[in-house]
Amino acid sequence: MIEFISQSWSWWFSGLVISSIMFILLFFGQSFGFSSNLRTICAAAGAGKKVSFFNFNWKSQLWNMVFLIGAILGGFISGTALKGNEPMVVAASTVQDLKTLGFAEPTDLQPSELFSWESALTLKGFLILSLGGILVGFGSRYAGGCTSGHAISGLSDLQFPSLIAVIGFFIGGLFMTHLLFPLIF
Amino acid sequence: MKFIKFLLTGILFGIVMSKSEAISWYRIQEMFRFQSFHMYGIIGVAVVLGILGVWLIKKFNIRDYHGNPIVFYPKERSVTRYLIGGTIFGMGWALSGACPGPMVVNIGFGFLTMTIVFGFAAIGTYLYGVLRSYLPH
Repeated sequence: MIEFISQSWSWWFSGLVISSIMFILLFFGQSFGFSSNLRTICAAAGAGKKVSFFNFNWKSQLWNMVFLIGAILGGFISGTALKGNEPMVVAASTVQDLKTLGFAEPTDLQPSELFSWESALTLKGFLILSLGGILVGFGSRYAGGCTSGHAISGLSDLQFPSLIAVIGFFIGGLFMTHLLFPLIF
Repeated sequence: MKFIKFLLTGILFGIVMSKSEAISWYRIQEMFRFQSFHMYGIIGVAVVLGILGVWLIKKFNIRDYHGNPIVFYPKERSVTRYLIGGTIFGMGWALSGACPGPMVVNIGFGFLTMTIVFGFAAIGTYLYGVLRSYLPH
């Protein structure tokens, strides 16, 4: 059983589980939206004293911070007890495209070119990680949600604003991948 | 301990995001290059089941475990903030290969440099808070 779960999961089963998580949270009186944790973190750090956006009852959002802790634990369990030993299989065309940008054959979930400490502590590597983070943190709150809040929860409720947000996600992602990557890498 | 249920649900989230490899920068690249169905499959199934389930909840007035009706709040109708905010988010998603959830799952999984990404995501959110009144919504 453990061996079976330790293999990488199919898209349909994963989608099913993610959808279940959305419904579990609804059943417990909350909703599935992860990026609000970023706002809570800022508020808990005292940002509410100077910036009105963070002046709200952040303690009511502690359930989501607990969810975040759980997510870290889940990642840890997956990386240890449930770790499979299959190689990382990435689409050949993607591997080829990434090779042109200077990325080696994938051997792990994340490219060492970006996520190893050697790379992360170079000026360029650090700038990439920090810029990526800032864009996600800024954009998700500006849009009022990220993938979980808009693409999953919002679209499930047939919210037109969420469709616009998801379109935005793709405009940004495609622009970065196809136009900016050749300049960055 | 009323938070236990959220911890367990979070653990499930961390597991599915890692086992599905949705936390992988490579999978996000495949997605934005349209070179694999995988991420579309994951999100597609979640959305289809989500639409179905939300419809059922509304149709049968299904209540939550407190006995309260499950309410869905319509988002304020606009285009600007969703389009611009979404685009900025998408750029970051492609660059880092992670949205906020996957960032922390990656940290748990063992990619500790994701703490840099996550830390700056919090900074990005703070910047939004500061600049908010100057931005078109």
